[in-house]
Amino acid sequence: MRSRTELKNYQHEQYDFKLRLAVLGLGVLLGFGLLAARFYYLQVYRYDYYQTLAENNRISVVPITPNRGLISDKNGVVLAHNFFVYTLEITPSKVAGLDATIAELSKLVEVSSVDLKRFKKLQTQSHEFESIPLRTHLNEVEAAKFAVNRYRFPGVEIKSRLFRHYPQGKLGSHMIGYIGRINDKDLDSLEAKGVLSNYKGSDHIGKSGIEQSYEAELHGTTGFQQVEIDADGKAVRVLSSTAPVSGNNLVLSVDSKLQEIAETAFGERRGALVAIQPSTGEVLAYVSMPTFDPNLFVDGIDLDSWKLLNDSLDKPLINRPMRGLYPPGSTFKPFAALAGLEAGKRTPPYSINDTGYYVLPNSSHRYRDWKPGGHGQVDMRRAITVSCDTFFYGLAMELGIERLTDFVRHFGFGRRSGIDINGEMEGLLPTPDWKRRRYKQPWYMGETVIVGIGQGYTLVTPLQLAQATAILANKGQAIEPRVVSGIVDAKAGTVRPMQKVIVDKIPLDEKNLEIVKLGMMDVTQPGGTAASVGANAGYAIAAKTGTAQVIGIKQNEKYNEKNIDERHRDHALFVAYAPAEDPKIALAVIVENGGHGGSAAGPIARKVMDYYLLGKLPQVEPSPAPSKDTGATQADTAAPDTLEETYHD
Amino acid sequence: MISQFLQSIFKHIDSFLLACLLFTMLVGLFVLYSASGQSFARLNAQLINIVVAFGVLWVVSNIPPHHLERVAVPIYVLGVLLLVAVALFGEVSHGARRWLNLGVTKIQPSEIMRIAAPMMLAWYFAKREAMPRIADFIIAAILLLVPVALIAKQPDLGTSLLVASSGFYVLFLAGLSWKFLVGGVVAAGAMMPVFWSMLHDYQRKRIEILIDPSQDPLGAGYHTIQATIALGSGGVTGKGWLNGTQSQLDFLPERTTDFIFAVFGEEFGMVGGLLLLVLFTLIIGRGLVIASQAKSTFSRLLAGSITLNFFTYAFVNMGMVSGILPVVGVPLPLISYGGTSMLSLLLGFGVLMSIQTHKKLVASG
Repeated sequence: MRSRTELKNYQHEQYDFKLRLAVLGLGVLLGFGLLAARFYYLQVYRYDYYQTLAENNRISVVPITPNRGLISDKNGVVLAHNFFVYTLEITPSKVAGLDATIAELSKLVEVSSVDLKRFKKLQTQSHEFESIPLRTHLNEVEAAKFAVNRYRFPGVEIKSRLFRHYPQGKLGSHMIGYIGRINDKDLDSLEAKGVLSNYKGSDHIGKSGIEQSYEAELHGTTGFQQVEIDADGKAVRVLSSTAPVSGNNLVLSVDSKLQEIAETAFGERRGALVAIQPSTGEVLAYVSMPTFDPNLFVDGIDLDSWKLLNDSLDKPLINRPMRGLYPPGSTFKPFAALAGLEAGKRTPPYSINDTGYYVLPNSSHRYRDWKPGGHGQVDMRRAITVSCDTFFYGLAMELGIERLTDFVRHFGFGRRSGIDINGEMEGLLPTPDWKRRRYKQPWYMGETVIVGIGQGYTLVTPLQLAQATAILANKGQAIEPRVVSGIVDAKAGTVRPMQKVIVDKIPLDEKNLEIVKLGMMDVTQPGGTAASVGANAGYAIAAKTGTAQVIGIKQNEKYNEKNIDERHRDHALFVAYAPAEDPKIALAVIVENGGHGGSAAGPIARKVMDYYLLGKLPQVEPSPAPSKDTGATQADTAAPDTLEETYHD
Repeated sequence: MISQFLQSIFKHIDSFLLACLLFTMLVGLFVLYSASGQSFARLNAQLINIVVAFGVLWVVSNIPPHHLERVAVPIYVLGVLLLVAVALFGEVSHGARRWLNLGVTKIQPSEIMRIAAPMMLAWYFAKREAMPRIADFIIAAILLLVPVALIAKQPDLGTSLLVASSGFYVLFLAGLSWKFLVGGVVAAGAMMPVFWSMLHDYQRKRIEILIDPSQDPLGAGYHTIQATIALGSGGVTGKGWLNGTQSQLDFLPERTTDFIFAVFGEEFGMVGGLLLLVLFTLIIGRGLVIASQAKSTFSRLLAGSITLNFFTYAFVNMGMVSGILPVVGVPLPLISYGGTSMLSLLLGFGVLMSIQTHKKLVASG
């Protein structure tokens, strides 16, 4: 019985297998039948159609590059646009003797060795049948000269190509950024995003700034034509065509006049300024000094210009507002003050008697105030006004590092602001946890003390400082900063305003905010650390000065500006918002090696606020050169507040 | 003496299959000569590929199937390990991680899986002598999905689908229940909208373009447009050897490899295309006969899978060139230029010949 079932099973299995083979065999016949039908359709039924396309003429799909979107400031001043230029282009596969042709061409139009080098470089990167520019920016005379002799040069053509141009030159170049030729890395990222075919006709792509971060908006959609071309490769007839869609235009919240005033105010000095409208998060000015001319990059920067920019000690290519890291110094104090007040510490009428130093329990080390002998009786408001170090040393100790950093992190310290430009640095808000991970060392109490006055490990970007000030001015509501305020749809012409993104709403006591505000307002009043900045302003300015050390100063050494190399001089910092009662602008200024916040950075801020709030243009004055800086600040040194210094080991 | 010597050489060669293969390859060499712009260098390189591949075919055909059965598991395990190695240390080229640099030479382990996966599955079902149960199919499916997923992640969607189909043929021939089959198709269909909704916009766009290349005439669609023009303008009898205008100019991309059929179709027309279909049908038919006569479960399943895999390659390639299937990088078997595909193809035919000729010996002896 058993063997019979097995046999039966075997037979059944065999039968089943053959049945399944037959099914698959049928599938094979069906599949090939389908292909045969397709061959019939293409080669018999539609033969005439394809025959015409292929035999007499050849078809080619030609991409039509869309116009890149324009960038303009809030008043319509154009910051980036396109224009047509004539280029002389060669298709290597259609040219018999390339070198001879180029030699012959250079008799008609000037071909420099730089042009030739670039051509050779592009040739190695392109296909033989691609058209490669030999000369760009031909003038009318050159174009005409070639046109007359065209018949002698098969495979050489004059084309008009769109070029990007930044009419304002160096103005706001770190913010606007620039475009450059698409490289392999760009191709990889385009492929990863699945938009590679949209760049078929494009040579350029946004490389930095807004040009990079808004690439998807600015580029537009590539159109294409199916054209019949004759044996020489010339287009004879367009079969079908889809028009390209231009890229969308961008409108910035930045006022280029304000930007210009700010940049001019820096003169020859290095530094950064970011101004934000607190209620909207709109960036009003974005300054990185020194700047550079983005037009240099569009068509590939030449080696000499590149070296000049890259090797300069002033580092003009660094995007300082978002990539420059500085200790915040005393500009950190208003935030530390609020942390204390919100924790129920130091609420007036609490005050201390500052004798000029702070000592940790069971220690003899003195944390000295910048003012020898101290400020005397100081409450919270006055501590901000005179920038009393001793007051904040004690406050930081009592709060503890965790509570202090947890609170100020809400103001954006130690994290990216989320601005719509790529490449922002995170900054650093030190915690015991971080130190353990980074240095494998425990946290020392002394480190908490100096965090209270914005020294130690703490690092901020100018953008973070401006954003923190804006959040303060906005009573705790944190809005993501934006340089682009609206996107103008290229097709419909409608404006799509950028969404206001509220990232945080810090619950703050109105009374505490008032104390900090009053302290900051007094800063720009006589007796404050930036009294000269507030003089005759016509509106109330809430501000804080700061100084960030570039080199450490030993316990018993005195900081003497005149004895120190200029690049080792302290950085000057200044944050402010105004009008204090109804803030319309919040800003942060850093002047590298500028010395004192009130005297070096403050006047720049004042010029920006004057123009923004009153429409007042700054008086023409010779821009202070770094060497003259000490001289310019002489007048201010009379006020004790401008000599701000801190000590730590 | 000489005849005896020849006999011993051809003892394990299936002459019908050999004749069909040789004739198809001869046609292929003619097309390649034309497609390469009449390059003898290309022709020579392909001839070397063919000679090497035939060497492999001869060696494999002399290995009895039960020896092949024994190495199925090690080859499979080696293949999977190599795929894992690719995922970890593979070289990135054109955005995909497919190659493994061994210092001396670079290899593409996914190619090994084309034969290793069906061998492994055939081995597994051969172990389960009685009628396999559902659980067996699930285990087999997992054995298949591991390499398929690894290859898909490279990403090489084309090859992973082909490996998946070669494994599926084994599952089907091993007796995968019809209900299960229909149920699976229905379930997959039902899952599609869910899957679709989980994708990003750009991923959807990519799939849409894969299905309808005319949406992207500058990218994926360019190949298809040019290839259909080449085919269509070939007409019934073609423009004649070396006379294809589309092919001889720069319009056709990859015309010696994946798109060589467009050159063939333009120069030899529908008649040529049908002839090629007939040749392929003869080869497949012979393979099916070998599978149906095979004596062991292992050889039966393996022979069936190899044969149908050959069909899949041919169908997918010609379907892609003629514009009824999306463009995936699959060469036309026996015709396209390339050493790797020639080698793996003839290796498969070597296995078929081994199965056929060793069975005869067993039967007569």
